[in-house]
Amino acid sequence: MGKKLLIHNDHLPNIHTLEVYRANGGYASVEKALKTMSPDQVTDEVKKSGLRGRGGAGFPTGMKWSFLAKPEGVPRYLVCNADESEPGTFKDRYLMEKIPHALIEGMITSSYALGAKVSYIYIRGEYFYVARIVEAAIAEAYAAGWLGKNILGTEFSHDCYVQVGGGAYICGEETALLESLEGKRGNPRIKPPFPAVAGLWGCPTVVNNVETIAAVCPIVNMGGEEYAKIGIGKSTGTKLISASGHINKPGVYEIELGIPVEEFIYSDAYCGGIRNGKKLKAVVAGGSSVPILPADLILTTAKGEPRLMTYESLADGGFQTGTMLGSGGFIVMDEDTSIVKNLFTFTRFYHHESCGQCSPCREGTGWMEKILKKFLNGTATESDVDLLWDIQSKIEGKTICPLGEAAAWPVAAAIRHFKHEFLEIARSKKFIDISHYERLNLIRA
Amino acid sequence: MSSQLHGTQTFDKSKRAELKFSDEAMATVQKIKSSYPEGKQKSALLPVLHIAQAEFGGWLSPETMDYVAAVLAIQPIEVFEVASFYTMYNLKPVGKCVLEVCQTSSCWLNGAEDIVNYIEKKLNIKVGETTKDGMFTLKVVECLGSCGTAPMLQCGASYHENLTYDKIDSLLETYRTESRQRNYTDLDYKNTL
Repeated sequence: MGKKLLIHNDHLPNIHTLEVYRANGGYASVEKALKTMSPDQVTDEVKKSGLRGRGGAGFPTGMKWSFLAKPEGVPRYLVCNADESEPGTFKDRYLMEKIPHALIEGMITSSYALGAKVSYIYIRGEYFYVARIVEAAIAEAYAAGWLGKNILGTEFSHDCYVQVGGGAYICGEETALLESLEGKRGNPRIKPPFPAVAGLWGCPTVVNNVETIAAVCPIVNMGGEEYAKIGIGKSTGTKLISASGHINKPGVYEIELGIPVEEFIYSDAYCGGIRNGKKLKAVVAGGSSVPILPADLILTTAKGEPRLMTYESLADGGFQTGTMLGSGGFIVMDEDTSIVKNLFTFTRFYHHESCGQCSPCREGTGWMEKILKKFLNGTATESDVDLLWDIQSKIEGKTICPLGEAAAWPVAAAIRHFKHEFLEIARSKKFIDISHYERLNLIRA
Repeated sequence: MSSQLHGTQTFDKSKRAELKFSDEAMATVQKIKSSYPEGKQKSALLPVLHIAQAEFGGWLSPETMDYVAAVLAIQPIEVFEVASFYTMYNLKPVGKCVLEVCQTSSCWLNGAEDIVNYIEKKLNIKVGETTKDGMFTLKVVECLGSCGTAPMLQCGASYHENLTYDKIDSLLETYRTESRQRNYTDLDYKNTL
């Protein structure tokens, strides 16, 4: 097993309480940062660590922080993106539910670096009970003096609040999240200006994912250089992977970036192989938006090298033969899975979640869903495959926010790698779904 | 707010006049408002709508939205445009227990369709409908972040994961016996992560 920095204590009873969290080294990064480091030194360590945004985009966190405008007399905000909604992703929920103080500690240390006196944790509305857990932890932190005025007797004061959303995938896009935090519809903003200049209520704002903020704690504790020694190349540190689908051991795993994909799927330390002795058919490696890859291409690159769990290795080959690490939502499909039907669930999802601002996304996702429905009811023709390809190619790059790309990429990849499945349905005029409950163990507890 | 909002819903002034948050709910609303800077009380809208939905029968009537607008000192249309954008706010009456079955990829791979069919047969309703006794509404929803414990459904604040037919049987039995409205804001949530 590799090194764990975020959820190494998730097995400890009552680790969600401040007492147990503190007794196991919790809040050390706040002590170290506030008492021995300047805010810029904290940012420098994050830069040195090579930490990249864990929400999906993988943008270097230290660089994002350094873009934050600091005009005199204007408040700055840190906003935590806990709107985890990318299908296949449930790692932030796990972290917040099991070890809420890891997020709060990260919020304090990061806010110190950014000079933010107030921060917000925006949690998706469906995770209402998770918000309760985080709120209870915040109350404990206030009572113990980790939040509030003059933390640890220093000049630094900080308030941290939770806001719940109302149910909308689009609010995971950072400017839509800010709109939602302001009590509006989650319509993404046109950029520039970026939130670093004009974010929450027009003030400079940094928006970071839950896991990104939690990772700041071990970085400050061990130093950025030490952190950067974990992993390979520009994929430094550890990453939480949400594993689901047809595997023996679904769940959240913290991996050192750089382990082989094959090890992740088949080792008992992680997914434990494919369920019911079936063969691997395909994997969506980084949440629903990233291109699906067939078994041979997910295990080895087109060059024949073993594929690794890193940003670079998963992207090797571009979209022709590669994919993305994304949010780490790792969905595994066995040999009996219909790629067409799985794609239908994704496309229906994006149609449902499009905010409706941009025509290519609003209309295009709906058209794609309709055409895929034709495949499922056996009325599709061979030319519908070309039509589907044509529509997806006209969404990408033509929308305000990346939901357009997120909707287009899965369609493109499914056709690229599994065109024969679409054609087979179109030619035979029937769709047969062979998944059924006997195989899925729904009958017994 | 216009007298005819959408569909057949009309605005009833006497119903509106009766609406008032309980003291406990109002205290929570004030606490939420205080977490934003002066003049930014509109930010409280999403959480306050959840409280209103729980307080006033599990859905947001035109009267309820008008009341929330007054509480936050914003225009009723600002409330409606938000309430109609997000999926968790019900703009029509629903049953006491809204069963929201996740149907996206990982849940589909693990039999979400069979779960939906089973509940449809068991309750004798289709997706989107409410049982005659007003107890259950069945919905299908998109990814709830429970992919590793699929299939699953949400009811109020509770996540019910790794569903089997047996589990659904006992869940519906419990809900029917307790016979109370289930809200996202409930404190006695259950989850199985």
